[in-house]
Amino acid sequence: MTRVHDMGGRFGDGPVNPESEDAPVFAEDWHARALAVTLAAGSLGQWNIDISRHARERLSPKDYTRFSYYEKWISALADLLVQSGVLTEEDLRGEADGGEHALANRALKAEAVAGVLASGGPADRPSNVPVEFEIGQEVVTARPAANRLVDGGHTRLPIYAAGARGRILMVHGTHVLPDSSAHRLGEAPEPLYAVAFPASELWANPEHPQDEVVLDLWQSYLEPE
Amino acid sequence: MPHDDHDHPHALLPPEPALRVKALETILTRKGLIDPAALDEIIDTYQNKIGPQNGARVVAKAWADPEFKDSLLNDATSVVAELGYYGRQGEHMVVVENTPGQHNMVVCTLCSCYPWPLLGIPPGWYKSDAYRARAVREPRKVLAEFGVTLPAETSVRVWDSTAEVRYLVLPMQPKGSEGFSEEELAALVTRDSMIGTGLPKVPS
Repeated sequence: MTRVHDMGGRFGDGPVNPESEDAPVFAEDWHARALAVTLAAGSLGQWNIDISRHARERLSPKDYTRFSYYEKWISALADLLVQSGVLTEEDLRGEADGGEHALANRALKAEAVAGVLASGGPADRPSNVPVEFEIGQEVVTARPAANRLVDGGHTRLPIYAAGARGRILMVHGTHVLPDSSAHRLGEAPEPLYAVAFPASELWANPEHPQDEVVLDLWQSYLEPE
Repeated sequence: MPHDDHDHPHALLPPEPALRVKALETILTRKGLIDPAALDEIIDTYQNKIGPQNGARVVAKAWADPEFKDSLLNDATSVVAELGYYGRQGEHMVVVENTPGQHNMVVCTLCSCYPWPLLGIPPGWYKSDAYRARAVREPRKVLAEFGVTLPAETSVRVWDSTAEVRYLVLPMQPKGSEGFSEEELAALVTRDSMIGTGLPKVPS
C-alpha cells in the first residue's frame, strides 16, 4: 500500500471551493517564498523531482493532513536538506556557524533564473526496454499498488487503480521510472502509457456508464489482459 | 534514506509556517546556498510573466486556425514550444479536445502536477484534498460545484496526471465567436476551461 497522499476516490472531503480566477497567484507572501526557496534549493542538484515528491509523501499522516500546501513544501524541503546531507540538524536549530557552504558555488543566481525555468527537466530517456503494448490493447494494473523495489517506497500507481482493467490510449515513449529514481537507484527508463479505465472498473457507483479515468502508467505497472 | 521512525528534522524549525519559511530561507542564505535576488526573480516570473494568458493564446490560435489545431493535438510539446511556452512542469505536453460527445478534465490525485508554462502556478482548489479525492470518482458532482452541468450524452474523461506528462484541455469554441480575432478569442478563454472544470465565456 502507499501513503496518505494517495487520496484519489476518497470519501469525506466535502465540496470543492473554487476561488475566483482573479485571486492572487500566491494568497500569502510566504507561499511565494516557500515555492521560490524550494525551487532554488532544487537547483543545488542534490536531488531529483521524484526524491522531492517522496519527501512530501513521507511527512507523517498527521503532518500531511494538518499542513497547508506550502507548509508541506517547506517542511519536506527541510527534511530533504538534512537527509541529503546539505544541512545538519544543528543548522536547522540555528546552532551552527554561518560560514559559506561547500555547495555555495552552485547557488542559483538571479540572472540564471529565467534560463533554468525555461529549460525545465524533461523525463524522457532512451531505454533498452522494448515497448510491449500497443494502442487499444487491454491491460491490467498491478495489485497491490506498491513500490516493488523499496518497501513503502515511492510509486505513481494510485491505490484506486490497482488491479484494474483498462486499455492503452497513448504511448508516451520511454520515461524515468519514479519507483527507482526516487530512491537513488538509477533512472531505469521504460515505456510509459496513457491507460483509460471505465469508471465502472474503479468505482462501486460510477456517475455515468460512459465516463472514464485516464492515468499515465509505466510498463512495469501493467500486465497484458 | 532514513526510516520513517526517524524524527522529522522540520520539527526543529519554528512551527508557524511563515516563520518556518523565513527561518529556512535565512539559514540557506547565510550559507550562500540561495540568493534572495533569485527568489525574487522566481516569484516575479510566476506572479507576473507565466500564467493562464499563455494557455489562452494557444487555445485561441487553435480555434482560429484548423491546421494549427491539428498539429497541437498531434504534438503539443513542440507546437507550444515554438510559441515560447516550454519549461519547468511543461516538458511533455498533451492537449485533449472537448467535443459534444466528450468532456475532458484534469487532476493530479497524488500531488499537484499542472502545466506551469501554459497555466502558471495551480490555484488553491486544484491542490485541495477535496478536488484531488473527488475529481476521479465523481467528476460531474465536482463540475456542478463549478456551475457546470453536462448533457447526459457527453461522457467525461478525467486525466489523472501520474507522470511527467501535463495535460491541457482545448475547450469547444463558444457559439457567437466565429470570425473573432485571436485576441478577441483569447479573452473568452478562462483558466478553468483549460483544466476542464469550467467553460469558456460566451460573447455578449
